Amino acid sequence: MSYVPHTQEEIKAMLKTIGISSVEDLFGDIPRGLRAGSFDLPTGSSEFEVTRRLKKLAAKNATGLVNFVGGGFYDHFIPAALDALVSRSEFYTAYTPYQPECSQGWLQAIYEYQTIICELTGLDVSNASLYDGGTALYEAAMMAVRHTGRNKIIVDSGVNLIYRTMLYSYTSNLSVEFVEIPVVHGQSSRDGLAKHLDDKTAAVIMQNPNFFGAVDDHTDVVERVHKFGALAIASVYPVSLGMLKSPGEMGFDIATGEGQSLGIPLSFGGPYLGFMAARQELVRQMPGRIVGATVDMDGKRGFVLTLQTREQHIRREKATSNICSNEALCALRAAIFVALVGREGLKELAENNYRNAEFAKDTLAKVSGLEVKRSSPTFNEFTVLLPKPANEVVYRMIEKGFAAGFPLGKFYKGMDNYLLVAVTEKRTKEEIRKFSDSLEAVL
Amino acid sequence: MDIPKDRLYTKEHEWARIEGNTAYVGITDYAQASLGDITFIGLPKVGDDVKQAEFSATVESVKAASDVYAPLSGKVTAINKELAAHPEFVNKSPYDKGYFFTIEISASGEKASLMDEAAYKSYVEGLSK
Repeated sequence: MSYVPHTQEEIKAMLKTIGISSVEDLFGDIPRGLRAGSFDLPTGSSEFEVTRRLKKLAAKNATGLVNFVGGGFYDHFIPAALDALVSRSEFYTAYTPYQPECSQGWLQAIYEYQTIICELTGLDVSNASLYDGGTALYEAAMMAVRHTGRNKIIVDSGVNLIYRTMLYSYTSNLSVEFVEIPVVHGQSSRDGLAKHLDDKTAAVIMQNPNFFGAVDDHTDVVERVHKFGALAIASVYPVSLGMLKSPGEMGFDIATGEGQSLGIPLSFGGPYLGFMAARQELVRQMPGRIVGATVDMDGKRGFVLTLQTREQHIRREKATSNICSNEALCALRAAIFVALVGREGLKELAENNYRNAEFAKDTLAKVSGLEVKRSSPTFNEFTVLLPKPANEVVYRMIEKGFAAGFPLGKFYKGMDNYLLVAVTEKRTKEEIRKFSDSLEAVL
Repeated sequence: MDIPKDRLYTKEHEWARIEGNTAYVGITDYAQASLGDITFIGLPKVGDDVKQAEFSATVESVKAASDVYAPLSGKVTAINKELAAHPEFVNKSPYDKGYFFTIEISASGEKASLMDEAAYKSYVEGLSK
């Protein structure tokens, strides 16, 4: 396909053919006041000039900082093989590649992605992916509303504020009532939940590890939720599932999460990856599409879109969601990432994250004036209390070459002096020691 | 076109077979033939109240998803659980194994607005002309 715009001659010829004198005449039916005026664009620049300008702008980003920021998005290593495979034109340039007669490779890749998500979450069915962790969680909440015929949703405040904000804004014109349960000492409160859980509750949403990094076993919570006929929804960090108890093992009905940590680079604005898995009986409420394995007329194994009825093709106005798409290329990255590291590799990856974070806790505990919060076990992220506002400390640490963490005061009232620190497998002991020394100097 | 005599019909091609104060509800042979292969039936829950001529279930076929309206008002007393695993029962046996649910009739006067076999037969014949 050529992207060269029409020449003046071509435009003239087309105008002549349809019998008008200018392009402007095409918009004659639109009142002048509603028409776009001049776009006032500068004259064109050469490729060299544009590249120079963009590079200059890009250089304003501090990309070389040693990264201790998490908060839902993590700095994990991405093997070079991943980019090489994903950039193959069969994958990279294909648009809506779902026709089984010509897209067996793609369909198989998505099928494998779904299988990986099912194995990680311990649940029965996964869809072909969603936009990001937040939209996936919203879709899960609406599945529960439809399934139960109820409209009250209880959300633990340990759920990422970005996701909670998305839940509230997506449902602002729907009759869905939200109740937030405040965390107690960084952990989800069983008493708070018991106070609000009733037979009007459609779902209870928990996050594990929660936003403060705390790891919890929600088995007892799920049991209680089920007693009231409600669904239990977990938002999870996929890399942590290499060593933590899965949502399926805890009894959750739906698990969603942000798949960025599975081979997708950190970037401001994405594209990221939402994943979703659920119990078999909820499959009809799932949004998006599902790829299934089948056999062709000769009995050979093949792959097809098994479930796409929620979308535009058949259900139309009865569709369960407006989601008609998926994040195929990001889902492919996740599938290749997990396949590259392998079952044992994913366990090791998780354990390395955990060990590095524990080493960082012990190292930072020696910094005078800093308190490492240890009220709960954590995975690769934890909270520290500083003697001054975390925001200030973060700015000072940038000068020292560190992205020091996420200041919790941004999301939680009264936590201005708390800093959320993430330590992935990429952080070396030397980096952690230097980080600790720099903090000592800044405080 | 199979149209049994022992039941009442709607213009939307639902049927109701009445046993005392209970009505069995399903869709007609004409409806299943028009929809094609049925892949899924979304049923109400036991205890739900349904109203005459209002939404009570969804039928999804390879061609379309359609609403099924309740032929009579009442409370759902049972659903045909077999349909979850065997949606094809609606194609193969729309008046028997492929029934949708039963209701306890709450307004028996509504029966007067439904068609009998003869009226439905001429209605369907009128549609194909």
